[in-house]
Amino acid sequence: MIELKKIRKSFNGRTILDDISIKLEKGHTNLIIGGSGSGKTVMMKCMVGLLEIDEGQILYDGKLFSGIDDELKKPFRQEIGMVFQGGALFDSLNVEMNVMFPLNMFTKMTREEKLDRVNFCLKRVNLVNVNKLMPSEISGGMKKRVAIARAIAPNPKYLFCDEPNSGLDPRTSIVIDNLIKEITEEYQITTIVNTHDMNSVIEIGDKVVFLYKGRKEWEGSSSDILRSDHKELDEFIFASKLAKALKKSGL
Amino acid sequence: MKWLFHLGRYWLFLKQAFSKPEKYSIYKRQFNRELDNFGYGSLGIVALVSVFMGAVITIQTVYNLVNPLVPLSAVGIVVRDSIIIEFAPTMISLVLAGKIGSSIAGEIGTMRVTEQIDALEIMGINSAAYLVLPKILAAIFIFPFIVVIAMFLGIGGGFVAGVAANVISSADMIRGLQDSFLPFNVTFAIIKTITFAFLITTISSYHGYYTEGGALEVGQSSTRAVVYSSILILIFDYIETQLLLA
Repeated sequence: MIELKKIRKSFNGRTILDDISIKLEKGHTNLIIGGSGSGKTVMMKCMVGLLEIDEGQILYDGKLFSGIDDELKKPFRQEIGMVFQGGALFDSLNVEMNVMFPLNMFTKMTREEKLDRVNFCLKRVNLVNVNKLMPSEISGGMKKRVAIARAIAPNPKYLFCDEPNSGLDPRTSIVIDNLIKEITEEYQITTIVNTHDMNSVIEIGDKVVFLYKGRKEWEGSSSDILRSDHKELDEFIFASKLAKALKKSGL
Repeated sequence: MKWLFHLGRYWLFLKQAFSKPEKYSIYKRQFNRELDNFGYGSLGIVALVSVFMGAVITIQTVYNLVNPLVPLSAVGIVVRDSIIIEFAPTMISLVLAGKIGSSIAGEIGTMRVTEQIDALEIMGINSAAYLVLPKILAAIFIFPFIVVIAMFLGIGGGFVAGVAANVISSADMIRGLQDSFLPFNVTFAIIKTITFAFLITTISSYHGYYTEGGALEVGQSSTRAVVYSSILILIFDYIETQLLLA
């Protein structure tokens, strides 16, 4: 479980995150939603330690993560997997070496063991016969899947996904969403997903947190979200004509 | 006062880059990859520049040395010492600042803007050390070899051009090349080269590492890396010449 207690973050006097407290449960897919500039990415970067918070605390399974020395953060970081918006695969390494990278760095596994693990992870994200391809030779959806494979290769306890569906067609988005959900439940990971995608919210959101202008405005389950009468949330969820039409028709 | 900020950040960046590697075998692999990039990858341009540099120095020296009291073999001495002391270490380092410096800043800058460096950090890897330390060590190791090759090629180019253009006989040239040779000049050139290798790799890595934005900013970082490396090469060339030769 990851717990945020009254966290604040500002840049040059401009408050980006204001007094946010959330509990993100193990084995659940926790979704952070909100419009552009609402502070989702900054919050995720604070949670993984890429940015330091100004006030408050971030706890991983009850252990303090924020405000501690970088060396003390290393054990936490080795339990974190992250899928970046663009995949962030290493350009100079092929798919196999990308997935193997964290294993090379932090384990004493033999080459055969590492290769088995890589093939298992790639198969888990439905990728076969791509081991020797370079990141520039695969599609956007495949890059996301390789990124997920790399993130889960060292058996993380926490998985962070920053807009995993951005730039993907609706069908591939569903594949990625389902994959994240399955992996979360299968390995009992604490998963946090930043998204704009309403389909993801409905399909995989065990818990949804809505950020608006740097504040947590609403939290609940994906089924609660459709019944909510929160004005900003309602405007965000039903922004498109299609969503409005569906709401009107009662679907 | 902005330069003070950059100087402080550069210092902290070096401190981070020279911290203990997570796994030596991975760094060794990176070191070998950089050796290949910097060494083998630069030989073509270095050979071309060195040969023509030697040829031009020889012909220009003969052209300017019209005094009948000065023996023509002096051309050999001038060509040898100019190439060993100045042209091979400094000119070749300036060429390498352009070739390798821009490539380092571009590579690391792209990794920054595509979040690959963030990915390394989240895995618990010291990204500055992982990306930069093998580059610094590889450059410090391979640049002296490149410069020694440039010395031979420069002198060889000068010899061939002088004799082929019939401005100096091969006997005069050989006599000049052998006359009053100071081995310390080679040591001096190697010391300068090691300094320049350090400057090129660290300055270029620094500019790449702190790139913010997108493709445009990566290009700007590459340009800044080449400009600042070149300026500092010239400044340190002067300082080391004062310290070691004056």
